[in-house]
Amino acid sequence: MGSFICKRSFQSLISLIVLVMLVFFLARLTGSPADLYLPQDASAAVRHDFNEQMGFNDPLYVQFVGFMVGLLHLDMGQSLQFSRPALDVVLQAFPTTLMLAAVTMPLVLLISIVTGSLAAYKPGGIFDRLASFISLLGAATPNFWVAIVGVLVFAVTLRLLPTSGTGTPLHWVLPVAVLTLRPTGVLVQVVRTSMMTALSAAYIKTARAKGVSSRAIVFVHALRNGLLPVITVASDQAAGIVNGAVIVETVFGFPGIGKLMIDSVLLRDFTVIQAAVLVTALAVFVINILVDITYALVDPRIRYN
Amino acid sequence: MSEQSLLQIRNLSIDFPSRAGTVHAVADVSWSVGRGETLAILGESGSGKSVSASAVLDLVDTPPAVIANGEILYRGRDLLKATRGERRAINGRKISMIFQDPLAALNPVYPVGWQIAETLRVHGVDKATAHARVIDLLKKVGIDDPERRAKQYPHQFSGGQRQRIMIASAIALEPELLIADEPTSALDVTVQAQVLALLKELQAESGMGIVLITHDLAVVEKVADRVIVMQAGRVVEAGTATEIMNSPQHPYTRRLLDAMPGRHGFATELSASDGNVLLEVDKVSRIYGIEPGKIAEAGPKAIRAVDEASFTLRGGETLGIVGESGSGKSTLARMLLGLDHPTAGTIRFDGKDLNGMSAADTFKVRRRMQFVFQDPTASLNPRMTIEQIVSEPWAIHSDVLPKREWRAKAVDLLERVGLKADHIDRHPHQFSGGQRQRIAIARALALQPEVIVCDEAVSALDVSIQAQVIDLLKQLRSDLGLSYIFIAHDLALVRDFATDVIVMYRGQIVEQGHTQEVYSNPKHDYTKRLLIASMAHIPKAA
Repeated sequence: MGSFICKRSFQSLISLIVLVMLVFFLARLTGSPADLYLPQDASAAVRHDFNEQMGFNDPLYVQFVGFMVGLLHLDMGQSLQFSRPALDVVLQAFPTTLMLAAVTMPLVLLISIVTGSLAAYKPGGIFDRLASFISLLGAATPNFWVAIVGVLVFAVTLRLLPTSGTGTPLHWVLPVAVLTLRPTGVLVQVVRTSMMTALSAAYIKTARAKGVSSRAIVFVHALRNGLLPVITVASDQAAGIVNGAVIVETVFGFPGIGKLMIDSVLLRDFTVIQAAVLVTALAVFVINILVDITYALVDPRIRYN
Repeated sequence: MSEQSLLQIRNLSIDFPSRAGTVHAVADVSWSVGRGETLAILGESGSGKSVSASAVLDLVDTPPAVIANGEILYRGRDLLKATRGERRAINGRKISMIFQDPLAALNPVYPVGWQIAETLRVHGVDKATAHARVIDLLKKVGIDDPERRAKQYPHQFSGGQRQRIMIASAIALEPELLIADEPTSALDVTVQAQVLALLKELQAESGMGIVLITHDLAVVEKVADRVIVMQAGRVVEAGTATEIMNSPQHPYTRRLLDAMPGRHGFATELSASDGNVLLEVDKVSRIYGIEPGKIAEAGPKAIRAVDEASFTLRGGETLGIVGESGSGKSTLARMLLGLDHPTAGTIRFDGKDLNGMSAADTFKVRRRMQFVFQDPTASLNPRMTIEQIVSEPWAIHSDVLPKREWRAKAVDLLERVGLKADHIDRHPHQFSGGQRQRIAIARALALQPEVIVCDEAVSALDVSIQAQVIDLLKQLRSDLGLSYIFIAHDLALVRDFATDVIVMYRGQIVEQGHTQEVYSNPKHDYTKRLLIASMAHIPKAA
C-alpha cells in the first residue's frame, strides 16, 4: 500500500504541474488586470507603472519562472484585490468549503444508502416507486432555483432561517440542504441499481438458507458488495463540492473557495486563481487516494501492487 | 414410510405467471426423504428439480412465483403455513443447503471463517464458541491450517476447497437434512469424487438426510439410495438408484442414460493417422511472469501454463485434450488460435510457422482454423441476428463470398447444423443452449475450415443435448472431412468422439496416444485417477 501511494503521488505531481501551467497561461488570456484596477481614464504612464510594479511587463516566460520559483518556497504571490499573500487568502476560505463538504457528504451517503437499499429490497414496490420518483426529481432540479426558492420560503416568508452569511449553525441549514439534494438524488439511483445486483447474487441465497434476517441480508451481505460503484460516484460528488460549490456559495454569500475563485476570475486576480486551483487540486488528489484505500478496505479482492 | 420421513413434499405445484402464460415449474410433485437417506432428484435444466427443493427453505420468491398447491411437511408440520420467523429458525439449523457454484455462493467480501460462524451466530451461538467451532468444522471438512485459513477470503481457495467451506457452513449446527443443489457440477472430475466422498462420510457420521439435485447420472449412481426423475416440472419416474440405472422405465430416463457419454464404443471407426499433417506443435511453452526470450532465466515465480507441449494433428483426426482447470489446455487452445503467443516453441500449420508469418499470410491461414467456445450465450453477440452472426466471417474475409450470396449460404449452414431456415432473422436469446451452440458451429463452418478447435464446446450443455451436439460434430466430420481439436475436462465425452487423446496436467502433456490405448492402458498416475473418477459408472460398456 505504501509504495502504491508513493506511485500515485508521483503521478499526481505530474498532473499538478501541468494543471498549474495551464492555469497560469489561461488566466493571462482574460486580459490585463490594469483595466480593472485603474480608473478608466488612467494615462498610459500610470498603466505602465502599475504593470511594472506587479511584474506584468516582464515577458511571459520570465513571469512563469518567477511563479514556479515562488511556488518552491510556497510563495504564490500577492493578491491584487486583498493586498495579502494569495495563499493566505485561499487557505482562509478553504476550511469553509471543506466544512460544507464534510457536513453534506455524510448526509448524502446516509440518506441515499438507506433509501436506495430499501428501494432495492422490493423493486417495484410502493417505497421503491416513491423513492425513484423523488430521487429523480432531486437529481433533475437545478441548484440555483432550489436555493432561491429556499431563501424565499424559509428566510423571507417564514423568517425561520437567515438569508445568507455564516455565524450560527442556522446559517448552514439552507446551503447544506440545497447542496445535499442533487448528489442524493443521483446516489439513490446508483445505490438502488447496485444493491439490486448484489441482492440477486447467489451468496444472498446462501444467507437466506442459513436463516439470516432480512435486515442483515440487506445491510451486511449485500451492502458491502454493492458499495464499490457508490464510492466511485460519491467521491466524484465530494470532489465537486471541494472544488467549490460555486452556485450555493454565491447565492448564500458563503465565503468559501468557490465564491473566492469566481470573484478572483472576475477581478483578474491571477495569484489567487493559481493558489485556489493548486489547493483544490491537492484536495481532490487526497480524496482519490482515500477512495483507493476505501476500495481495498471494502473489497478484499482489490489489492494494489 | 411417512412416519419416519424427515421431510415430505406432497402434491406441490409452483407456478411462474408471465405475460406469455403461466409456467408450471413444479406440477404436482411429491417426494420424501428420511434420516440417513440420500434422495437424488435427477433432471435437466428447466425440469424444475431445483425449485421444489428451494421451496423447502423458502428460497422461491413469491411473487413472482405462486405456490399453487401442496404441502411441505417437516416432521409432520407444514412449512408453508409457518411464519417467516419460524422458517428462518429452521433454515440452517435443521435443514441447510449448499449450491452449485461455491465461488458465487460465498460472499466475496467476508472471510470464510466469518461466514461459517454466521450460521452459528444467527441461531444464538456466542462468538467465542462459534470461533472454536469454525476451526473444528474446517478441520472436519479437510481444510489444512484452519486457524490461518479461516481469516482468508473465498477467492483465496480452490473450487473444491470452497465447496468444502460451504459444506462446513451447512453442517455447522448438525442439521437433520442437507439439500445439495448440483454440488459438484462446477468442480473438476477428481475433485467431484472427493466432495461426494466427504458428503457420504458426514452422512454416515451424523445420520443426516441428503437431497441431491443433479443432472449427472454418474453422481446418482455413486451416492443415491432413491431417485426421482423430473421432466418439465413433473416426476416421471421414481425408484431405487439400482432400479433406475439398470432398468429405466420412462423414455426420458432411458434417453438420459443413453446420452451418458462413454456408453458407446471408442471412436475407432476413423483411423485417420494416414492423413497429411495439418498442425504441428513443437515444444510450445507459455510462461507467465518472465520477459520474452528469457526462458532460461525463468525463476520460481514464473508460471508455466504450458510447458513444452508437442503433438501433431493430421487431416481427419480428432484430438481430444483432457485436463482439469488450470492444466493449461485452454492456454494451448488460445495459442493455436493466435489469441496468445508461445513464449517458446513453434506452431506450424500446413508446414508454415504461425508466429513468423506476415500479417497477410496469418489472415489467410486463420480462416482454415476456426473455433467453438464453451459458453454459447457469451460467444454470440446478443444484438446481432443469426444471419449477421453467421455471415460475419464473410464480412471479415471479404474475398470468400460475394455479399448477395451471404443469406442463401447462411441458410445452407443453418440447415446443415440442424436448424431451420426461418431461424435466420432471430436473435440468440430466442434459442436454447444447444441451439446456440449449433449457431456457433454454423459460424465456424462459414469459412470452410479444415480444423475446428472446440474449447469445452459442450460442457455447458445438458447431457442429452451434449450427445446431440457431439453427433452433429461427428456428422460434419464424415461429411466435410473436418479435423477437430476437442478440449474437455470430461474423459468419457472424449472417449466417444476423439481418435487420439492428450492428457494435460499442470501445464505438461503427461500422456498421449490413440484413445483406445490411453483408456485401456493408462500409464500416468493422473490419467489413472481421472479414469477412476469419471468412468466408475460405466464398467459394462468398457
